[in-house]
Amino acid sequence: MTTTEALATAGAPSGVDRQPPRPRRRRGPAVSQWTAVGFAAPLLVYLILFYVYPLWRNIDLSVHDYTIRAFVQGNAEFVGFEKYAEVFSSSTFPTALWNTAVFTVVSIVFQYAIGLALAVFFRSGFRLSGLLRAMFLVPWLLPLIVSASTWAWMLNSDNGIVNSVLAAFGGEQINWLTSPDTALLSVTIANIWLGIPFNLVILYSGLQNIPGEVYEAASLDGAGPWKQFWSITFPLLRPVSAITLLLGLIYTLKVVDVIWIMTTGGPGDASTTLAIWSYREAFGTGQPDFSPAAAVGNLLILIALVFGFLHLQLQRRQEDS
Amino acid sequence: MYHTRRKPTTLAAVGALTLVGVLSACSSGGAAAGGETAGGGDATYTWWDPYPQHDDSSDWTGRVQACGEEAGVTIERTAYDTTALTNQALLAAQEGTSPDVILLDNPAVSTLADTGMLTTVEEFGLDTSAIDENLLAAGVVDGETYGIPIGANTLSLYYNAEVLEAAGVDPASITDWESLTAALKTVTDNGDKGITFAGIGTEEGSFQFLPWFWGAGADLRDLDSPEAVAALELWTGWLEEGYAPNSVINNSQNTVWEEFLTGDFGFAVNGTWQVDSAAGADFEAGTVQLPGRDGGVAPAPTGGEFIMAPVQEVTERYDVTRQIVECMTTPEGFVETANTFAYYVPPTADGQAALVEEKPELEPWVEAVRNAKGRTSDDLGADYPVISEALWTAVQNALSGAATPEEALTTAQTEAETATS
Repeated sequence: MTTTEALATAGAPSGVDRQPPRPRRRRGPAVSQWTAVGFAAPLLVYLILFYVYPLWRNIDLSVHDYTIRAFVQGNAEFVGFEKYAEVFSSSTFPTALWNTAVFTVVSIVFQYAIGLALAVFFRSGFRLSGLLRAMFLVPWLLPLIVSASTWAWMLNSDNGIVNSVLAAFGGEQINWLTSPDTALLSVTIANIWLGIPFNLVILYSGLQNIPGEVYEAASLDGAGPWKQFWSITFPLLRPVSAITLLLGLIYTLKVVDVIWIMTTGGPGDASTTLAIWSYREAFGTGQPDFSPAAAVGNLLILIALVFGFLHLQLQRRQEDS
Repeated sequence: MYHTRRKPTTLAAVGALTLVGVLSACSSGGAAAGGETAGGGDATYTWWDPYPQHDDSSDWTGRVQACGEEAGVTIERTAYDTTALTNQALLAAQEGTSPDVILLDNPAVSTLADTGMLTTVEEFGLDTSAIDENLLAAGVVDGETYGIPIGANTLSLYYNAEVLEAAGVDPASITDWESLTAALKTVTDNGDKGITFAGIGTEEGSFQFLPWFWGAGADLRDLDSPEAVAALELWTGWLEEGYAPNSVINNSQNTVWEEFLTGDFGFAVNGTWQVDSAAGADFEAGTVQLPGRDGGVAPAPTGGEFIMAPVQEVTERYDVTRQIVECMTTPEGFVETANTFAYYVPPTADGQAALVEEKPELEPWVEAVRNAKGRTSDDLGADYPVISEALWTAVQNALSGAATPEEALTTAQTEAETATS
């Protein structure tokens, strides 16, 4: 935007060359440059204030040893990558990394699959489909504290509705949130439920862009619904799918609230992801430990960045072909 | 053409100017706040406390304002929840914009004091000799006192008299762990639920575990001692036998209380702050002191807030601040605070006597508070939060079956040692 504006202004003096050239020329570029800077300034100020500074501060926190005393007095010792080494060698690290991977991958695979199935289902536009589709958005509309608490109650070991249904069918009590074997599974299920509407909405709007004639032609050629899905819907939806999955990945990597409300990352470290770990170090105990928290946070940003670049790369290759 | 082009330029310029204006407004706002502090003679004093449940029309705000009026100033009160308040206090100290008075949960005192952001009571010329030593201990770091408790609360064992009667258990028979476990067995065999407590992976989990931990004779510097293992085995034993529900692993103290109020449970561990709620329950509820392993009363951790005065650039402000603090900490002031909150036990003998005279039913709680122990005492200070985190993690691991009590506590001890050394 800024470059086109600059070009447009720079081109202006040539359009009015009947005027005495000298003073105009001299003032011209200066004015246009100032205009360009003026246009860019709000954006730059915004970027610096809200993106560059916090990011820089996060890195700054992670390479200094910010005990709370140092935090207040501002004299933290520079320790380089020591905090990162501490994070990597911590016994929580492998657990958190594994949990993050499982939580993220399982969440987005199921969110995407269910979201896509529902989107295709609603595409046929039967009666009440609008109403039903609106109802599927409920998880998105509820405040997270409400939905996460509700899930926690439903999955309660002794009084939860899930266990009472299981008991009615002769099943055994499952300690969903309090057993190290099922805690991660439980928060993942809750997170999948939360993420379905997002996938549904984006994929549904993606489906609207596939022209109906393609399906008509396919059915004339004798392709059944299954064949139509795999040969038309899925390939044509690929760009939308890619962005949905990428956004889903970034959202899921940084999920704190659902897990924190349901299990606080426990029991022990059983449902601790990198994001939860970072939050717990910084704000979850009575002793804020900002340096390792920032180190874990930076690690998360890096992981998200890697996948972001991967997406860009894939997109470029797609455009080239 | 010129027209259309100039318009966005002016717009952009205006936009940029507005932005600059907003920014400078922000920074000048900050400067003004600083200037206020620098003013010395300014008549507005800032006050932070962890009671967001009390709004501007509450008795508590009225009480705070009255103390301000007495000192001839207006008090600007801001309420945060406890964790947010700790973080805000640290941030404000970093920016040099600390409030004049902070009220904060007692284990946080040593953390704040450690940063050098608090004045000592000695500097303020306040007298703390009347305050119960066990309660004041949480505010003492390296021999210096950094705050005064405005009241105290602690834990006790609530029981449901109807459930106990149905099972034929006499609450007076509960004097040690053995008799308590026997009572739980009787209650459970009778078809009711035994006990509920909070084992959540936060400070609340440690808070609730400490009476058993200390009651066994264990020491927070030595998390894997046989005494500590015995305490943790008591809890895991209750879960294994079905005397306590599995959900205690994620229970906060509020959840515990809600479970107890259903009337299904024989016992619940909870604090002074539920006295009123217990009186209004659908069943008759009573309390017994938390028993030690081999009898006697177990030292429960003290809860409650301290009043503190952060360091200010302009020391002239201290005079008025001292008057405000004094107003909150006179014997009458303590009782008034206790009544405003319904559950606070004054931290001085005079205050306690005055309170019991008014409300004899609080006598057992006064007794419990006298026996209670500060979490940061024993010279733990700012090490306590670290040790506490290791402890609640061990409790979680043992209760969930991820590790045996012994393994869990050995890991906890290693973690606490590395983190505090």
